[in-house]
Amino acid sequence: MKALLLLSSLGVISLLAEIFSFKKLLYPLVLLGLTATFVLNIGDWNTNMSYFKMIQFDNYAVAFTSVIIVVAFLWFLMAEGFFKDETNQTDHYSLVLFALVGAVLLVSYTNMAMLFLGIEILSIPMYILAGSNKNDVLSNEAAFKYLIMGAFATGFLLFGITLIYGATGSFNLEEIKNAVSVAGSAPSIFYIGVLLMLIGLSFKVSAAPFHFWAPDVYQGAPTVITAFMATIVKTAAMAAFLRLFDDTFLRVAGTWTNVLWIMTAMTLLTGNITAVFQTSTKRMLAYSSVAHAGYMLLALLAANSYSSSAILYYTLAYSIGSIATFCIISIIADAKGSDGIHSFNGLGKTNPLLAGVMTIALLSLAGIPPTAGFFAKYYIFTSAFMAGNVGLVLIAILASLIGVYYYFRIIIAMYFKEKTDESIQVDLNHKLLLIVIAFAIIALGLFPDCVIRLL
Amino acid sequence: MSAIFTIPIEWYILLSTVLFSIGVLGVLFRRNAIIIFMSIELMLNAVNLLLVAFSSYLSDSKGQVFVFFIMAVAAAEVAVGLAILMMVYRNSKSSDINDLSKLKW
Repeated sequence: MKALLLLSSLGVISLLAEIFSFKKLLYPLVLLGLTATFVLNIGDWNTNMSYFKMIQFDNYAVAFTSVIIVVAFLWFLMAEGFFKDETNQTDHYSLVLFALVGAVLLVSYTNMAMLFLGIEILSIPMYILAGSNKNDVLSNEAAFKYLIMGAFATGFLLFGITLIYGATGSFNLEEIKNAVSVAGSAPSIFYIGVLLMLIGLSFKVSAAPFHFWAPDVYQGAPTVITAFMATIVKTAAMAAFLRLFDDTFLRVAGTWTNVLWIMTAMTLLTGNITAVFQTSTKRMLAYSSVAHAGYMLLALLAANSYSSSAILYYTLAYSIGSIATFCIISIIADAKGSDGIHSFNGLGKTNPLLAGVMTIALLSLAGIPPTAGFFAKYYIFTSAFMAGNVGLVLIAILASLIGVYYYFRIIIAMYFKEKTDESIQVDLNHKLLLIVIAFAIIALGLFPDCVIRLL
Repeated sequence: MSAIFTIPIEWYILLSTVLFSIGVLGVLFRRNAIIIFMSIELMLNAVNLLLVAFSSYLSDSKGQVFVFFIMAVAAAEVAVGLAILMMVYRNSKSSDINDLSKLKW
């Protein structure tokens, strides 16, 4: 709750910065604010505070909020350039901070109204940010598609919420859960509602067959915003998904598990297979992020005691790796004017640091030991295996083998292709950030217990 | 007994489902961006109608409060949507979404 209040106040303060002209101070202020938010949020650990039965800061919420804040902090370090342009500077800050407020609501809601508001508070700033390159037609298109698809998904979600309200007379998750204490006791509109909510949330986490907007939006949006969408938005949406389906709707699991089984398999395969054919690295990572949603759905589908810790660890490992890759892609694309794979040719010789960190991040995304990504996949697969989804685990392993292929295309381009350009100048801040992230990926891989034991 | 109870709740569900489906089909098949926005509004208003009906039938005010949330958020969403549409129109001089297909694999 303190995290929520502090983030909201930071958002308002950023808006005031325009009026009282302390724009220069805003960047350190926001970093400081995020650190304070992190500390205050940790203070909520084990308190299990509930606010008017609307939001509840149980350990699940605190853990995911911490992941979101940590990733947001790294994201701010990466995206410094995004806050440098003369106009709209403070708007950018406040939009990002308000999006974070939505993300925190999404991991802590205990009422459908808060789920809806969380999704909208997260999404509406993201629509604007996706279109923040106002003169770029691709950015315009990304913003427009994101808006239409987001609003469309919200419609499904709301229709689902309404039908569930009609069946149970409540928006409160606990009351809804208790209303269906005996399997098959709810009216049929309840089950339709659950499926509609499944569709709505699948749109938000970009699970196939509702993923088609994601690659377009991820490619068209400015790279820093793509990084935000692929990490924080995905973490929050996945946590919301998990909170709803692995708790409230667990008693009606028969209605949604089969549908989700098929969707997970489709997500894993389409995400990974389509990524193989991409020439733009940004679009390739967009498809890979669809695939990663598939791995997380695997643990969600398992719905056992391992699910939440596996997904927590996975989102952290995946987000940190993605921040590094998107940071490097934006540096390369700025310097060479293209984010195609050929831009990475010979990077191992010209910029050993960039190439080294990129390799570690990609190995983590591909799931090669001893990086964090390996253990993330290991826990996900264990969770699914315990639940008896052996077929799906096999599909996931096959899919991750395909994944290795396209991640290695970039690594091969960096180390085994002739160099084409001179080395790129990289800011000191970015260098430090990348080194920290590389160490974090290895450290998380060596000591996974410290995150896994949290939940 | 108010007038709303003279019609069974099933009829409200049916009406809302039909309105919602019209909205969905509009989003999927219309090519003009403004009409797509209108279709999305139709989807949300179908939800509002159903929420109010359920709220009356359950004699519970929570549903009506939720409607206010939806109306407020939908207004914000449309404001942002129209702004984005203006931005698109400035760059491409068109509100036909077929012109928005530069991002493809």
